[in-house]
Amino acid sequence: MDDVLIGTLVASTLRVSVPLILCALAGVLSERSGVIDLGLEGKMLLAAFATASVGAVTGSMALAVAAAIVVGVALSMLHGYACVTHGGDQVVLGVAITMMAAGLTVVLGIAWFSLGGQTPPLAEAVRLHPLLTGVAGAVREVPVVGPTLALALFGHNAFVYGALAAVAAVWWLLFRTRFGLRLRAAGENPIMVDAAGVSVKGLRYRALALNGVLCSFAGGYLVLAMNPSFIPNMTAGRGYMALAAMIFGKWHPVGALWACLLFGFLDAVSIRLQGVPLPVVGEVPVQAIQALPYVLTVVLLAGFIGRAVAPKALGRPYVKER
Amino acid sequence: MEGCIEARCGQPLRLALPVSQPVELPRWVDVAVLPAVNLALALAVAAIVVLVVGFQPTQVLALLVKGAFGSKVGLSYTLYYATTFVFTGLAVAVALHGGLFNIGAEGQAMLGGLGVGLAALGLGPHLPMALVLPAIVLAAALFGLAWAAVPAALQAWRGSHVVITTIMFNFIAAALLGYLLVNVLKEPGNMAAETAAFAPSARVPGLHEALAALGIEWPRTPLNLSVVLALAAALAVYLTVWKSQPGYAMRAVGFAPEASLYAGIRPPRLIMLSMAISGALAGLVGVNEVAGAHGRLLGEFVAGAGFTGIAVSLIGRNHPLGIVLAAILFGALYQGGAELAFEIKGFSRDMVFLLQGLIVLFAGAMAQVAAPWLARLVGLSRRLQAPPPAPRAG
Repeated sequence: MDDVLIGTLVASTLRVSVPLILCALAGVLSERSGVIDLGLEGKMLLAAFATASVGAVTGSMALAVAAAIVVGVALSMLHGYACVTHGGDQVVLGVAITMMAAGLTVVLGIAWFSLGGQTPPLAEAVRLHPLLTGVAGAVREVPVVGPTLALALFGHNAFVYGALAAVAAVWWLLFRTRFGLRLRAAGENPIMVDAAGVSVKGLRYRALALNGVLCSFAGGYLVLAMNPSFIPNMTAGRGYMALAAMIFGKWHPVGALWACLLFGFLDAVSIRLQGVPLPVVGEVPVQAIQALPYVLTVVLLAGFIGRAVAPKALGRPYVKER
Repeated sequence: MEGCIEARCGQPLRLALPVSQPVELPRWVDVAVLPAVNLALALAVAAIVVLVVGFQPTQVLALLVKGAFGSKVGLSYTLYYATTFVFTGLAVAVALHGGLFNIGAEGQAMLGGLGVGLAALGLGPHLPMALVLPAIVLAAALFGLAWAAVPAALQAWRGSHVVITTIMFNFIAAALLGYLLVNVLKEPGNMAAETAAFAPSARVPGLHEALAALGIEWPRTPLNLSVVLALAAALAVYLTVWKSQPGYAMRAVGFAPEASLYAGIRPPRLIMLSMAISGALAGLVGVNEVAGAHGRLLGEFVAGAGFTGIAVSLIGRNHPLGIVLAAILFGALYQGGAELAFEIKGFSRDMVFLLQGLIVLFAGAMAQVAAPWLARLVGLSRRLQAPPPAPRAG
């Protein structure tokens, strides 16, 4: 019985962590290039709406995902236009994007679908389906650990494996390519990047474009895998939790992955722990577990458990000297 | 210092105050025309969205104005919403003057409401109104202050970025309030997570009650005497920030942190001061909403007002007078939007949230985009007005 519990816990942790991982990676990319992103929540929400409405109308998953990417990248370009080109306040812009997305999704949703802001449920063809079910069946035959492993790691949808692959890809991009080196330099010491003849603004725009794509996938996942239709404010603070995870992971893709899995685990476990007394601490209120990611992040930021080191030029618009 | 999060050394992150334009504009343009232009841009984009969803922007605007100002009830609701926005707008503005961006007004307001609830439930049944109401106002301010003081102290002495910590504190506040309401303060037998109704002595009198005492008839609305407290708060902020020595020091730190260091101002204390005032102001939302409008503590009474405060502060140019005007504008949008949703089928009140985001976009993040255009326009009109240069002799 415990095997099943562990297996399902790992599986649900993975599943709820996917949007966090994708969003946190988006945050890592833009913040490593020196651009604060408080708009993760808004980008994800509008992308989710685009996926759901295009998916519901056309019945095509490819078009739905494409629409999400267009919307996510467009928001990121707005981010770049205001903050990179015009040196606007990055924090304020993130707040603006999140507010606009919260309003616009409901306004358009009610006007287009008349379902109180929801979209019609997506057809089965537009939903993500489990992969590797055959492997899962084979693994289940392995004695002792087989059933747990099969439940925990196999039979997830493509986005789950995609998100894990994206962690590796972003790590490789940031730390093993010339583009990544320059991108990180733009976030640490943009003057040097400029002196080397590389465009700081160009790098930041490209980082934001990738950021938009990742946010789109995070938003798309919410409707393609979690809930079959768009619901107003369905991101429910996940963008901010991803931001916390990115900081908790010290602006590193792998660190962010662990933080997202930790926060996802807390999310998955909080419902199961309701009313269950734990050893030592007794019964833990569900709100305490829900608040724990934020408390941990504050404690980390305060420097009580290690130190979170932000990119040095984070939040500073780069103005080329003339 | 290597690898500090902007502010390890007690220096707050320098956020570009929208007051300081890189482009020199005449004062009247900077104070009046630029906010109007930014507001007009936001309204124009909102109008396009209104057109896209199939309504007439002029019709929507007319209905909105009528709903917000066309009747005593509408006007009262507008002012009731505005009261809350004055508090959160002032909260954001005071922190901005100290160079800090307080996204935590939402959570500080929740804690303010908690303070109101505890004071009202504890003292209400035993003491007369003359003692309970001051206690309620004090509790609201102190609870909001305390909730802002933790991120402020972490910024001042540990260098933790106040933007991030205040966001985190919003979520922690929501969890705390949710826990207390469900497990501790909930009225037994009530399905909803809310406390019992407060005793009459713990309720801020409604404006209709106050006016009835003066012999004036006024319809019953949530508008209450907190509106007077809001105006007093605006005046107090003006006097503190512009006319007092600590306020001067605060603005100095916000405007030029390095110069103020040379002037002998210690930033950590000023960070604490500006965030404390900011949190206390946000906490006062609890007086209007919990002790005034609802008469009991419930979970969702802030409902995004902390974020609206950002828009109010930005469009009000961080000045109390501007903030009062901007708060009335947003109060009108909220009330008019609610009326619109009744009048026009398929129109969502969330249009207001979109407009709010657009205002933050144009008046805040993209404030610098319109300024050079205006500067060019002003320069052009000056050249046109100036007398043509005298023909050179010879």
